[in-house]
Amino acid sequence: MTNFEHIGAYFLMLKEVFRKPQKWKVFWELLFREIDDLGLKSLGIVVFIGFFVGGVVAIQTALNVDSPFIPKYLIGFATKRSMILEFAPTFMSIILAGKVGSYITSSIGTMRVTEQIDALEIMGINSINYLVLPKVIAVLLFYPILVILAMFLGIFGGWVAGVLTDLFYTEDYIMGIQLEFNPYFVKYAIIKTLVFAFVIVTVASYHGHKVSGGALEVGRASTKAVVWTSVTIILLNYFLTQMLLG
Amino acid sequence: MLAVKNLHKSFGEAHILKGISATFEKGQTSLIIGQSGSGKTVLLKCMLGLHVPEEGVIDFDGRIFNGLKEKEKRQIRKEIGMVFQGGALYDSMTVEENIMFPLKMFTNDTKQEMLKRVNFVLDRVNLHNSNSKFPSELSGGMKKRVSIARAIVMNPKYLFCDEPNSGLDPQTAIVIDNLIREITQEYNMTTVINSHDMNSVMEIGDKIIFLKDGCKEWEGTKDDVFRTDNKAIVDFVYSSNLYKKVRDALLKGE
Repeated sequence: MTNFEHIGAYFLMLKEVFRKPQKWKVFWELLFREIDDLGLKSLGIVVFIGFFVGGVVAIQTALNVDSPFIPKYLIGFATKRSMILEFAPTFMSIILAGKVGSYITSSIGTMRVTEQIDALEIMGINSINYLVLPKVIAVLLFYPILVILAMFLGIFGGWVAGVLTDLFYTEDYIMGIQLEFNPYFVKYAIIKTLVFAFVIVTVASYHGHKVSGGALEVGRASTKAVVWTSVTIILLNYFLTQMLLG
Repeated sequence: MLAVKNLHKSFGEAHILKGISATFEKGQTSLIIGQSGSGKTVLLKCMLGLHVPEEGVIDFDGRIFNGLKEKEKRQIRKEIGMVFQGGALYDSMTVEENIMFPLKMFTNDTKQEMLKRVNFVLDRVNLHNSNSKFPSELSGGMKKRVSIARAIVMNPKYLFCDEPNSGLDPQTAIVIDNLIREITQEYNMTTVINSHDMNSVMEIGDKIIFLKDGCKEWEGTKDDVFRTDNKAIVDFVYSSNLYKKVRDALLKGE
């Protein structure tokens, strides 16, 4: 298949995803399971990375602000802006593309090669709708929460780093994070997160659903899914930033 | 009755099915046999709607499957039970959940009614005390039994089996074969089995269809297999010395 054919097949898959679930009761059960699998189980890595990225941003900013004419509160300000605008939505999405994307591709791909998807189709179940829609809804509901959590933890991590390294004072940092708060930036970050979350699930599901062969092909599909998801996120990040902030 | 008429299927340049026609009767176990690459699996997948044939007709009791809309196809699929070669059980579900799954999707039964039905079919396939086990905890024979239980839980009209006793020891294979035949007669189903196991052919083959290079080479009953002069099927069936001796003995009337 050429890349254009893949893009076409991806959009045809999306058409199947957004059909009415065949049984709502089963759909709700799956939705809660996916919130647990794709959302709650990602909480640990989001907390860990969010906290340390915030710390690193604060330390690097502090080390680069050595002019006495630049106020120290800019460290808190820069940490807050970096976390809200870029690190929480984009960095976290790239991390989740690796963790969640590979999980989705390998689980759906394994179902494909072990004929579990054929079993669904033979029963008269729309396998794409059954497998992908709950995942899409789960991440659209839960990832904004994860990203907002990452923003708070990043800013908190920046303060902890400052306290531990004595590079800046708490008062300066607090003043910086309170300076010029623009709620639109949070909205921008959430819009980006929703788009990226959609890309992570649908691109990974597409690659999983298309697998044919055995375990080796499932592994290859997982790698391909992570690469394509990351590339798409980076490209969309550029266009969304231009559209929403430009 | 299930019938295929003049079925053609290609993958790129490879012409796999070359005008196959066959009928499969109710209450009978029909076996499709042939060497690897003869088109057995493709034929089965065409009948199941997993492959779309370029030409020909698949007729489920007067309903032409490949001429139907997707919604109508789904209706027929609810009447189909399928036993996969590897079981195709859902890894994330227990035995009970696997069997209950079609009931949950297509009926409005209460949990108690569904459980009663699950236990009934598990009892029917002689599998006890395994409700809460996951597929990874089951042996090959147990997986096949669960797969059969799941296939019959909705009382299907048509049962398809893809090499149901591959990977099983001879004793378990016979038990699975007999189970399929008993269920076929009990539920008056149209059963189609894709196999290259000669024991199955001799044990349960009410009708045997032999494929060679994508064409139907021979058709008959298990008794006809012993009397046929068709070179292709004789070479295929009697490639084993044991079956050669059995055939010679039968023909001599011993």
